[in-house]
Amino acid sequence: MNSPSLIQTQVLIIGGGVTGTALARDLALRGVDCILVEKDDINAGASGRNHGLLHSGARYVAGDREAAMECRAEGEILKRVAAQTIQDTGGYFVAVQGDDERYIADFPSYCARSGISARAVDVATARALEPAISERTIAVFEVPDAAIDPFRLSLESMAQASSLGARLMRRSRVVGFEREGRRIRAVRVLSLGGGTEVRIEAAQVVNASGAWAREVALLADAPIAMTYSKGTLLVTHTRLAHRVVNRLRRPGNADIMMPGGTVSIVGTTSTRVDTLDDVHPTTVEADLIVEEAARMLPTLATTRFIRAYAGVRPLLGSAGAADSRAVSRGFALFDHEDQGLDNLATITGGKLTTCRLMAERAADLVCRRLGVTRPCLTATTPLPVSPECEWTAPGHSAREWIRSHRPDDTLLCECEMVPGSAVDAIYAALRSAGDTPTLTDIGLRSRVGKGACQGGFCAVRTVAHLYQRGDFQARRGLGEILDFFGERWRGQHAVLWGEQLAQAELMEALHCGLFGEELRGAKPLADPTADAADAVSR
Amino acid sequence: MTGVRRNSCDVAVIGAGMAGMAAALFAVERGLSCIQIGSGGGILFASGLLDLLAVHPVAERCLWQSPYTALDALAGEQPDHPLARVAPVSIRAAFESFVTALASAGLAYAPLGERNRSVLTSIGTVKTTYGVPVTMVAGADALDGRARCLLVDFRGLREFSAHQIAATLADRWPELRHQRIDFPGFETVPELYAVHLARALETVETRERTIALIRPLVGDARAVGLPAVLGLERSREVHAAFEAGLGVPVFEIPTMPTSVPGLRLLGALEAAVSSHGVRRRHQASVRALTYDGNMETATLDLEGVPGGERVTARAVVLATGRFSGRGLAADRGYVRESILGLPVHQPASREAWHKRDFLDPSGHAINRAGLRVDDAWRPLDTDGKPAWPRLFAVGSILAHQDWMRSKCGSGLAIATAWAAVEQVAHRLGATAAG
Repeated sequence: MNSPSLIQTQVLIIGGGVTGTALARDLALRGVDCILVEKDDINAGASGRNHGLLHSGARYVAGDREAAMECRAEGEILKRVAAQTIQDTGGYFVAVQGDDERYIADFPSYCARSGISARAVDVATARALEPAISERTIAVFEVPDAAIDPFRLSLESMAQASSLGARLMRRSRVVGFEREGRRIRAVRVLSLGGGTEVRIEAAQVVNASGAWAREVALLADAPIAMTYSKGTLLVTHTRLAHRVVNRLRRPGNADIMMPGGTVSIVGTTSTRVDTLDDVHPTTVEADLIVEEAARMLPTLATTRFIRAYAGVRPLLGSAGAADSRAVSRGFALFDHEDQGLDNLATITGGKLTTCRLMAERAADLVCRRLGVTRPCLTATTPLPVSPECEWTAPGHSAREWIRSHRPDDTLLCECEMVPGSAVDAIYAALRSAGDTPTLTDIGLRSRVGKGACQGGFCAVRTVAHLYQRGDFQARRGLGEILDFFGERWRGQHAVLWGEQLAQAELMEALHCGLFGEELRGAKPLADPTADAADAVSR
Repeated sequence: MTGVRRNSCDVAVIGAGMAGMAAALFAVERGLSCIQIGSGGGILFASGLLDLLAVHPVAERCLWQSPYTALDALAGEQPDHPLARVAPVSIRAAFESFVTALASAGLAYAPLGERNRSVLTSIGTVKTTYGVPVTMVAGADALDGRARCLLVDFRGLREFSAHQIAATLADRWPELRHQRIDFPGFETVPELYAVHLARALETVETRERTIALIRPLVGDARAVGLPAVLGLERSREVHAAFEAGLGVPVFEIPTMPTSVPGLRLLGALEAAVSSHGVRRRHQASVRALTYDGNMETATLDLEGVPGGERVTARAVVLATGRFSGRGLAADRGYVRESILGLPVHQPASREAWHKRDFLDPSGHAINRAGLRVDDAWRPLDTDGKPAWPRLFAVGSILAHQDWMRSKCGSGLAIATAWAAVEQVAHRLGATAAG
């Protein structure tokens, strides 16, 4: 076996979530050369599995004033510099009969001391504007919550970083660190696509791998104390409210419903987990969310859900605390110097809302170590709009399709109006970065598979389109359909009742009943004369 | 109840999917008068292929070339399976009767034999099925012999790529070529719909222009495959014209639902049951169903009929399907039968309904939920006795089967309809086989 090839850079970033991509952008804006390695794809962890809330901070005013003020400040910054990723919907905090009246009474003063605007809204007015709110509502406050598209944020951050020279290596997993005295001399990275290993020599290494930060730090023999909290969210078939709707009480299960373009997202739960493997939403969690959130939004008891998903929050601190919510949601920057390392940093914990600040703090440390004196620019420099990153926004591809009005541009997804040209643009952008795009990659960067059919129809059409363009060859398409649709399925089974169960049955009738996808690789056992299986097999 | 229309019949069939159509057809063939309630919307999702049984046991993904051998194995290992409870001789008779009725309504199937056939799907997999429309059978023959073959598709027909099929099968069927053409008259239309193409091909001019575009591409191909768009009601005529014009066997490949073969099947079944004298209430649904005190008749109150309708029936066949057919309905905790609230055999909790892997070889437990029936196809009440002496259930609403994994949907519908109607006729003392 040949010795692994060597790549050199100033800073190696491990992890392509909101923090890692924001860090790549921050460093690139300061003129620092960096490489970002990501074992999966952009926002594959908690960065892509949250409710997309740009916190006003009001959620934390009672329990964690520092976090509240951090959120307020960062929310204001992102609304200025990354407006294209944000829907400034505003938010309500809603209390219903039976909720803690003392907390309700104290809420405005809690907000005031953190500098967060909280305006009391007449209940009748609030219910006129948001009819989904319970008739048992007793108090409503308006706060500057907003919705943010974390995919677009990360994709555009990485796009700007790349335009300034940063390099992204997707599907590349860190498998080892080579230490030499107080330094990491090189990081060994395995390409999961080709199976080849490379060595990356970097002056500084930043572990920004979110929930995986403990595993990565352990590889460097620099352990950190971290626990995992699993959160599950449900996606409704239609959008049920214009604004963010929060339950006015101390943080608890199922206390928020977020607007997410054409849908609403309801959550969350908080369950301590010990492992990052096999994290999936359960029927028990789905029921808990529906029942609890319906107290604030009764329509949820009968609404149709199309999907569920679960992410793992990295929480700092020991495993002793009984309630994950009691552990800090703040972030931490470890310099690992007391563990005998001068060129590793770990940035983890925190929230989507504070990702820019987390990147700034990590970049400050790295730059100090590198002797770079240029200041952070991300709080003032607008995030450029990248055309290839716009396709995650609901309605965008539909508008583009109508505007361009190209007669040869067919709609591949009719739920979310995704035309072939959108798929082509995403494919071309990934190709130009040297990647081999998959159907799953396209799904992450567009609305394909996000509608009611959850990919049952549009995945098939998109694959046919890619064959026709010559992008797919041989048997690849079937495997891609199985991967993509299988992944969408994992998010569905917890919410399959009512109308969505009927939809799922139709999809199974198509994919199993007609296409027989589950028979891939099947061998005839009892009927040895059959040669049909030979044709079906893989 | 003044003003409400009143009608009576020997047997009321609730449901107009494959099982309801088959039950209505078989009932009138036996001389029973029949009112059928419900729309045939579900058939739109059919492929036109009539599966009997191809996979058993599903967990082992074992494919069978003879459906009747597979039925033998099924009967031995899963005696609860509805298909295991119908005698093979009845299944043969049921299929013959069913395809004969379809043929008389203009939809011809290749002769049914002892063996399953293998046909291409639009994503390049090979489907094992039993009854194949004559417009598709040349494809099964070509696949058997791996014959030199040309697949043609149409720009704008989004879910059908001949290139994809050929590429997916290239290592097993190297003699499969593909070509894309513009559909005549639709050159500037970005999105084509199979049903529009099928209509267009019923006009001689479009048909001839299409054939003229394909003819120079045929070369040494021994057969030509196309997406299933060769006409709607006149598919035999269109198909024959293509074969004559191209000089080689021509076959259709079923497309994604809702497909042209599904529309043809729906049209032919509607025509067949109507011409047999079934009174159809295709807009109606059953609001209430009650039995009289002597358990001799049932009264069905219909809605969706102007002014309402009250049907008195001596027997009722429930063929309402599963979740997408609305025969079963599930909330977060429980599966119910929609019309009568009959007990549904089901997993203990929703946690067990679905596997985490969509393609889990053993299938999802929810798909084996359904109605349990006695030997006479009568759904059982909670006490294990028939809910009503003359209430019968057929098709996919029945428990202990997973038609999507077994590839037995049509077989389940046709065979159980036959067997249940036999019981209806027996119990009503009708002039059998009239």
